[in-house]
Formats: sequence, C-alpha cells, structure tokens
Amino acid sequence: MNAETTRKTVLEARGVVKRFGDTLALDGVDLSVAEGDVVAILGPSGSGKSTLVRCLHQLESIDGGAMYLDGELLGFEEHRGGLRPRSERQVEQQRRQMGMVFQQFNLFPHWSVLRNITEAPTKVHGVPAAKARARALELLEKVGLSDKADAHPRQLSGGQQQRVAIARAVAPNPRVLLFDEPTSALDPELVDEVLAVMKSLARAGMTMVVVTHEMDFAREVADRCVFMAEGRVVEEGPSAEFFASPRTDRLRSFLTRYSEGRQAVS
Amino acid sequence: MSTPALATHDVASARPRFRPWRLVGGAAIAIVMLQVVIFLVTNERLEWGVVASYLFNPNVLTGLWMTIFLTIVGMVIGSVLGTLIAAGQLSDFGPVRWICQLYVGVFRGIPPLVQLIFWFNLAYLVPRISIGVPFGPELYSWSSNDLISPLTAAIIGLSLHEAAYMAEIVRSGILAVDTGQKDAARAMGFSRLQTFMKVVLPQSMRVIIPPTGSQFIGLLKGTSLVSVIAMGDLLHSVQVIYNRTYQVVPLLLVAVIWYLVVVTLLTMGQRRIERYFGRGYDRAATAMPKTGQVRTMLTGAVALPEPAGETDATGRARRKGKGA
Ligand SMILES: Nc1ncnc2c1ncn2[C@@H]1O[C@H](COP(=O)(O)OP(=O)(O)OP(=O)(O)O)[C@@H](O)[C@H]1O
Ligand SMILES: [Mg+2]
Repeated sequence: MNAETTRKTVLEARGVVKRFGDTLALDGVDLSVAEGDVVAILGPSGSGKSTLVRCLHQLESIDGGAMYLDGELLGFEEHRGGLRPRSERQVEQQRRQMGMVFQQFNLFPHWSVLRNITEAPTKVHGVPAAKARARALELLEKVGLSDKADAHPRQLSGGQQQRVAIARAVAPNPRVLLFDEPTSALDPELVDEVLAVMKSLARAGMTMVVVTHEMDFAREVADRCVFMAEGRVVEEGPSAEFFASPRTDRLRSFLTRYSEGRQAVS
Repeated sequence: MSTPALATHDVASARPRFRPWRLVGGAAIAIVMLQVVIFLVTNERLEWGVVASYLFNPNVLTGLWMTIFLTIVGMVIGSVLGTLIAAGQLSDFGPVRWICQLYVGVFRGIPPLVQLIFWFNLAYLVPRISIGVPFGPELYSWSSNDLISPLTAAIIGLSLHEAAYMAEIVRSGILAVDTGQKDAARAMGFSRLQTFMKVVLPQSMRVIIPPTGSQFIGLLKGTSLVSVIAMGDLLHSVQVIYNRTYQVVPLLLVAVIWYLVVVTLLTMGQRRIERYFGRGYDRAATAMPKTGQVRTMLTGAVALPEPAGETDATGRARRKGKGA
C-alpha cells in the first residue's frame, strides 16, 4: 500500500456542512477517496452517514464546504469571482459519473430486471440498445442472476433485488460507487450474497464508498475506514490500524459495543 | 402435546353447513328483483315500443356522439392540464405552487353549471379577446361572441372543472410513490422530466386510474349540463323530441339506456387499464395470463407458474433496525 500517496484522488469532500432546519447533519466533513480504494463509513445512528453520501451524490444540496470529483467542483461553478450553483444539466452530468446503491434497493417495480439495468445506459448515456443489453446480461451473470433478466423486481428476494441494484449502478461504468447500508434491509441469510458481489467489485478495482454496519466487511475489504459521530469525522485510517488500535475513546467504545453485540447474537 | 386425532376423520367427506339466513336473504333479493322486472315489463307508461323506435333515432345518435365527444375532449384536456397542475403543486418554486393551488381551490369550488353559464356569457364581461404585449400594444384581437360558441363554452367549462379534480387525483398518485424511487432515478442521472415521466408517473397510475375512471363516468353524466346552453348532447336531443311528442318517460329511458351502455364500456376499459398498470405489483398478475385472474378469484389461491425460485414470501423490502 505504499502506492497510496501517488494514487489519484477521485472523490473529495472539504469541510462539508449540511443543515436540516436546526439540525446540523454534517459539521465540516473532510473525506478523500483515492482511485480504486474502498472506503467504509461507520458510525452510530444519526451520525450523518447517509446524509454524507446523499450530499456527495447531490441528492441533497450542501450549505458549506466543497466537494470534488476528479478535481472538478461538484454542484457549483466559478462565476464573476465567486461561486454559483451549476445548471441542472451540469449537475445531472456530474451525477452520471457516480452510481449509488440504496438500503431499500429502490429498483423500479414497473420494469423488468433487464430494463432496470439498461435504461440509464441507453436513455442517459447514449449507449446503443444492443450493447447495453449485452452488458446488462453480462453483469447479471456476474451477480449470479442470469435467469432473472425478465423477472420483475417484486418477484425477487431482497438479496436478489440488491444484487440487481448493484448491477444497475455499475452498468454505466461509474467513477465511484456509493453504497448506503446495502445489507441493512436484508434477512441475515441474504447478507452474504450481496457482500460477495461487493467484494468482487472491490477486487476488480472499483472505487467505492460504503456506509455499513458490517464490521467484518469493513475490516476485510475496505482499504480505509472513516468513523463519524454527530456529523463529524472522528477518526479515520487504514482499516488494519483502525480496528487494531483505535486512537479515540469514541471509536474504541463503538467497536467494543459492536463486537459484544455480535457475540451476544452468535 | 395434545392427543392425536382419530385417523378415521376426513374433511373431504364433510357436507356444507345449513345456513338459514342466507336462504331468507336470497329469497328477499329474488322477490325484489322479480317485482322490478314485473314493473318494467307490465307498466304500460314505460312505452317500450316508443323506446325501441327512438333508440337509434339519428338525432339521438348525434346527441350521443356529442356527449361522447365532449366527455373525451374534456377528459383529455382535463387530464393533461390536471397533471401539469399537480406537478406544479409539488414544485419547489413558490409562485408556481401557489398559482396551482389557487387554481384547484377556485375551480373545484365553482359548480360546473355556473361555470358553463359563465363561459357562455363571457362576451358580456370581456367583449374582445386580444393577444399582445402586456400593458402594451395589441397584436390581434377577436370578438368574444365569435370565439365563444356553445361548443367552446362547454369544452372550456368542462375541461377546467375536470382539470381541478384531476390535479388532485394525480397529486395524490404522485405522493403515493415511494420517495426512494425518485432518489434512485435522480441518482442514475435522469433529468427531472425523465424522472417524472419514466418513473414517478407510471407508478402513480396504479393509484390514479380508479378515481379517474369515476371522474370519466362523472364527466359523461356531467355533460348533460350543457343542455342548458343549448348544446345538442344526448339529454338535449331527447328533450327536443319529448318537448314535441310529450313522451317524456320513454325518451328519458332512451337516454338512460345509452348512458348505461357507455358507462359499462368505460368500466370495462378501466379494468383493463388497471390490470396493465398493476403489473409488477401483484406477483400473480404479472406471471399469469389474463384469464388467470378469474381463476385466482374463484379459488382464492395464488398459483405461481414460474419455475420454483428460492424466493421467500413477498420479496418486499423489509425495514430492519433503526427506521428513518
Ligand atoms: N430529510 C431530513 N430532514 C430532516 N432531518 C434529517 C433528514 N435527513 C437526515 N436528517 C437528520 O440528520 C441527521 C443525520 O442523519 P443520517 O440519516 O445521515 O444519519 P445516519 O448516520 O445515516 O444514521 P443511520 O445509521 O440511522 O442510517 C439526523 O439527526 C437526522 O435526523
Ligand atoms: Mg443512514
């Protein structure tokens, strides 16, 4: 991992602030994601993890700080010596370079699995239909669902739906994939099939930001981990150090609580 | 542990239970229906012969077409305008939201009859209608009397009234769509318009169609109001005839028969459309041919003809842990 310093930064957040009315959901968050890295975001409920990834993907607007994708300012542009919001078209253009996987899958129930995957490439990225279809089938094979191309999402189990959702997000070849608790809505026995797909994506070199409560996944797959609490990044570092020798008390007690919880269950 | 039941029982040989109240209820219904039929057949004042002779009368048929035409035009304009207003009511731009809410408030509140008369008499209020620069020079103008015929007054009045109702129906349909759907569509880089047209609207259809069917039928009957501004609709055409022949009852029956025929056809169409937009929601309906629905209704069981998958109960997202 000594190449880390030379690798290109793909996604970056600097001092990002987000308010919902009086709640300060993000209170100056810094984050830097290098090309090919998997960054896990951990933290207690309400610490702003979802808000952070939603802001990164411009599903929410931010109130302070700045975010960059490949060095390009996200959501704003320079104008007469200051900044102004980008046009909707430009924002959409920027969003198309990222993909997102949601906790509740959010597949489109009125379309077949295949159409769920091909619609964005064909209608948004201008990929020819035949090519998009071939790629979709290839992706479905990778996530182990070749036989479900013509099924409707509601006919699939949660784990299958989430695997389709991942294929859908991957189809347009995004620069970064954002995951917001991709396994939290799944029955325990379905979690592994989704994590396996995510691991293979990570191995293939996909840059990923993953909000998760799966400590084993974070430890084994993530290159770096970020611990958030009350809208701030409390601690971050390479996964091995992060789990082996946490520097802050907050992270230490968070990790202890988790491992105890796991023992209590198993 | 309870004691094991005797192995000699077999419910397959069970006889149905005797239910006396069902017998009483069934008999009561039969008697009432019989009396209605006897009334319809034997009451000479209904003059079925006259009904038959006027049922396909050219003037009646012309009126029927006018009624259907007004219904369809009113519904098409009302739906398109209503959808735009619904989207406007949900806009994040204040002024657009307010004007759309104002529209619905006003046009839902005015009785359609009042509106029809108002539009018909527009010339009294606004003698000329002109296009031009606001507060500036006029480019072109028409006399309101030339522009507003009974037909245009009927179309404007019915459409604007319908739009207000459709706006509320579409709005509730849009709100019924999970916000995650919009998030997912935006996250994939769909534009606002694509998100609305491809993802939100088709899913809201499931909620929009049933009340829209009632609106359609309501509008069909509502067109009978236009007879007050001398529009030749179905009701007006039979009125013209019975004002001459005084055969009021049989001619009203002619109109009733045609209204019922069209309403029945509309209802059948509505069921088909509902089934179309329900696809992807009901596992059985998507996997089964049309006739399968009837089978499901009769047996009360849902058979899945697809190859046995390892899918669990519903496959629906189950929210775990902390809710939002
Ligand atoms: N749309 C919203 N409107 C108002 N407040 C919000 C909204 N979304 C999030 N918040 C608030 O922002 C804070 C951060 O929420 P967020 O959902 O980002 O937490 P989280 O870390 O993802 O938690 P969890 O682990 O439960 O998903 C919380 O206090 C939450 O109540
Ligand atoms: Mg969250």
